[in-house]
This record gives sequence, structure tokens and C-alpha cells, in this order.
Amino acid sequence: MPAPNAAPDATTDDGRTVLDARDIGRALTRISHEILERNKGASDLVLLGIPSRGVPLAERIAERIASVEGYDVPVGSLDVTMYRDDLRMKPARALLPTQIPGGGIDGRTVVLVDDVLFSGRTIRAALDALNDIGRPKAVRLAVLVDRGHRELPIRADFVGKNLPTSLVESVRVRLQGIDDVDAVTIQGSTEGEVA
Amino acid sequence: MKRHLLSAADLSRDDAELVLQTAEELRSLADRPIKKLPALRGRTVVNLFFEDSTRTRISFEAAAKRLSADVINFAAKGSSLSKGESLKDTALTLEAMGADAVVVRHSASGAPHRLANSGWVRSSVVNAGDGTHEHPTQALLDAFTMWRHLGSLDGRRVAIVGDVLHSRVARSNALLLRTLGAEVTLVSPPTLLPVGIEGWPVETSYDLDAVLPKADVVMMLRVQRERMHGGFFPTAREYSRRYGLDGRRMATLQDHTIVMHPGPMVRGMEITADVADSDRSVIVEQVTNGVAVRMAVLYLLLGGSEPAVSTEGLSE
Repeated sequence: MPAPNAAPDATTDDGRTVLDARDIGRALTRISHEILERNKGASDLVLLGIPSRGVPLAERIAERIASVEGYDVPVGSLDVTMYRDDLRMKPARALLPTQIPGGGIDGRTVVLVDDVLFSGRTIRAALDALNDIGRPKAVRLAVLVDRGHRELPIRADFVGKNLPTSLVESVRVRLQGIDDVDAVTIQGSTEGEVA
Repeated sequence: MKRHLLSAADLSRDDAELVLQTAEELRSLADRPIKKLPALRGRTVVNLFFEDSTRTRISFEAAAKRLSADVINFAAKGSSLSKGESLKDTALTLEAMGADAVVVRHSASGAPHRLANSGWVRSSVVNAGDGTHEHPTQALLDAFTMWRHLGSLDGRRVAIVGDVLHSRVARSNALLLRTLGAEVTLVSPPTLLPVGIEGWPVETSYDLDAVLPKADVVMMLRVQRERMHGGFFPTAREYSRRYGLDGRRMATLQDHTIVMHPGPMVRGMEITADVADSDRSVIVEQVTNGVAVRMAVLYLLLGGSEPAVSTEGLSE
């Protein structure tokens, strides 16, 4: 793991780093505790990551819950491609894995996990997809970054970091397992603010 | 994959792998309580079958319905075609109805090409078997079945055995398997190999017993008696003895080798019942995989604003 010596707000070629590996780790630890607190324990929980980067986040939260509660929460993934409202506006996209844990989701509390919450359209698609898979007792949403600009009445229950952004900026999440480092960066016309 | 799927040769390696990966994700749908996805809601798929078919038509119908498309089945018998309507007039009718995709099977080789390239219809055309020419979705489901059992097909040896001359399955498989890196050997009596076989990317052999021990996949083909007008072999018994797969021959296969058949099988002719029902046989699984592969093809052709993957050769 690269030494997280780059302070937050350091400007690099990759944009401005807003969360480094340690920040991401702390945020996930806090989210894990919040989930346990809210759910009053780990029983009946199912974590579903939205591919691609929601999946490693869900796995990391499950690891933290296991180390606190000594209970392995079922983890899966939920691809929402076919449920997107912009499916017809772009060429058909490759599907990503959907893996529902063996016990299913009926009567359980499902926590959807994604990297960035933006327009809310992905989460709307995910709620539709869940509807075809079963009937959870409740659905919660955990995201690493909430960057605002919602276009639908959707909010997250557990947020790693609220990140006010402008629409011209883009937020990039990199996670080990998929990428080479853990980092959240912002690209776009923000250089002036940083200085 | 362009706008139509007419030939297995139209698929680049990337296209073919995208179909296989998409099919892998769609296959799990069969295990869910609600076996439906919304991707093709509001789209119309017409199954245009000028030739008898059970499994292919049902497979396409199930695939389209699981993607929420509307399906219109159009069989030659009982339609205006039996009154002498031409392919063109049928096509214009479908166009007027607003079909988004036409899945066509025809006894004439090249009919789907005509339909796709004539300008009669704007819809995507999927070849579901034309004469003795091609059957690309069968090749895709065969490749998918092999891929699930063997992993990458690079360097894998596939023996395709039997009536190659009348088999659109053999041609499509030979082309697609080559694209995916497999080595294909066609095993057949000399009379049942097509003219021009030298130009195919395959080996040929007349000796089944020599080929079997090296094969990773053995695909048996049906002897298509309905297309035979002449004597291609002396008797059915002699054909079975030389080119049929029985328990004795199966015993010479490697442990991991799978046995396939595109169906319909003639038990006792090209394959014996004990082989067809053995653990090596993946014949029933081929049917299950067929639905997933056809879903993948329909999704990739119709699911987005334009067909996925390479748009090379796209006219609009």
C-alpha cells in the first residue's frame, strides 16, 4: 500500500485527493458501526454492492462487521444495467455480475452499497431490480461519497463523506482490488479554489 | 456484432466473448423467482419460421419474453405464405407492423441475408437457421456450453462428427470456434463433406476412432435424411458402426471430454442412448444455455440505442 503521505487537498495529475486510503478506511469503519447501531445487530442483514466499486466496499464493510460482531453478514452484488432509465440512450452495455446470497433477501434488511451517490438514478434502478428478486423487510443505502445534485427523491442512510461538488467536476473513486490504490479524487475546474 | 446476426463469421472475438459473458450473467435469471428483466420492454420480436422447428423457436420466444419484449410468432403453415406470398411481401407486412427484430428460419440458404440487405425492413435480422448454410446462435450456445465446462477455448480440440454436408450447425461452429481459438476437426464419410471444405478453417478426418482420444469436445450431428436426395452411405447400420458414438467409443475419451448434440437426436443412429444419457452428455444443458445465449444476442442487438460492440460495417 502506498504511504498516504499526500495530505488531503493535494493536487496531483489525477486531480485533487479528497479521501486517501486512511480516510476511506475510517469512513467504512464508521459506516459499519452505524449500520449495526441502526439495525440493532448484524442478524438479518444482507449487503449488496452495486458493481463495480460498490462490491469491494460491501465486502470491506462485511469484514468490519464480522470483526465487531463475530458474525458473517451475507454479501452479494446487484447489477442494475437492465433497469436503468437511460438504457435506450446509449449502446447496449455489458452486464456486470449479480450475485444474490443463498439465503435470498426476503424478510431481511438489505443495505445497498455504492461508491458515489449523484443523481439517484442508479439507486432507483437498484430498487426496481430488488423488486424482481424478493421482498426485503427494509432497504437502506450506504455510500462512500455523496456529491449532491439529486434528480430523484432519494437519500443515503449512511454516508462516508458529503462532498459538495459542481456539475462540471467529476468524482473518481479508486479502490484496491479493482484499482492500484485507495483514493477519492475530484477532477475538473477546481484548481483556483485549492490555491 | 453489427445490426444483424446473419453469420458466425460476422462476430469478432470481442463480440463473441461479449455475448458469452452477457449470457453468463443472464443464465442466473433462471434461478430467480421472477424470470424477467425489463430491458426490451415495448420492443417487438417477430419469430418468422418458414421451416419446422421446436427448440429454436421456443428458445427464441422464451428469450424475448424474459427480456419483456412482445413476441409475434409467424409460422409458414397457416399463414399467407402457404397461399403463395413472397418473402418480400411478408417482410413488408412485418415492417408495417413495426417489428424491432425478425428472427428468421428458412429452408433457403441466404434468405436472412436477403431480408437484412434488401432494404425491405429496418429491423434487426437474426438468422435462426438458413438451409444448409448457417445457424449462428446455435454455434454461440455450443461455444457457451464448452466455455462453461472447459474455460478458455484457446487450443481446445473439438471434433464435429457426422453429416457435415447438410449441417448449418457445423459451418457456424467451425467459424465461431476458430474465432475463439479452438481447433476443429470435422469427422465424416467423404460423401458427407461439402465441396470447398479445403477453404474452411478446419482439419478433416474419415476415422472417428483416431480423433476421439485427443478431443476435448465431441459434437455429434444428426443425419439429415430429409435433405438427402441420393445415397450418401450404404445403410444406417454401416453409418452407425463407423460414425456413431457408442459406449465403447466413449470409453476412449479423456476424462474431461464432453459430448454434445444440437438436437434433435436420432438415438441408435449417430449416438446411442447410453451415451446420450451419460454424465459426459451436456445435451440438455445446451437447451438451457440456448435461452441465455439468445437473450444475450437480443439484448445486445436491441437493448441500447444501437447495437453494442463494433459498429464496423454499420450502414447507418
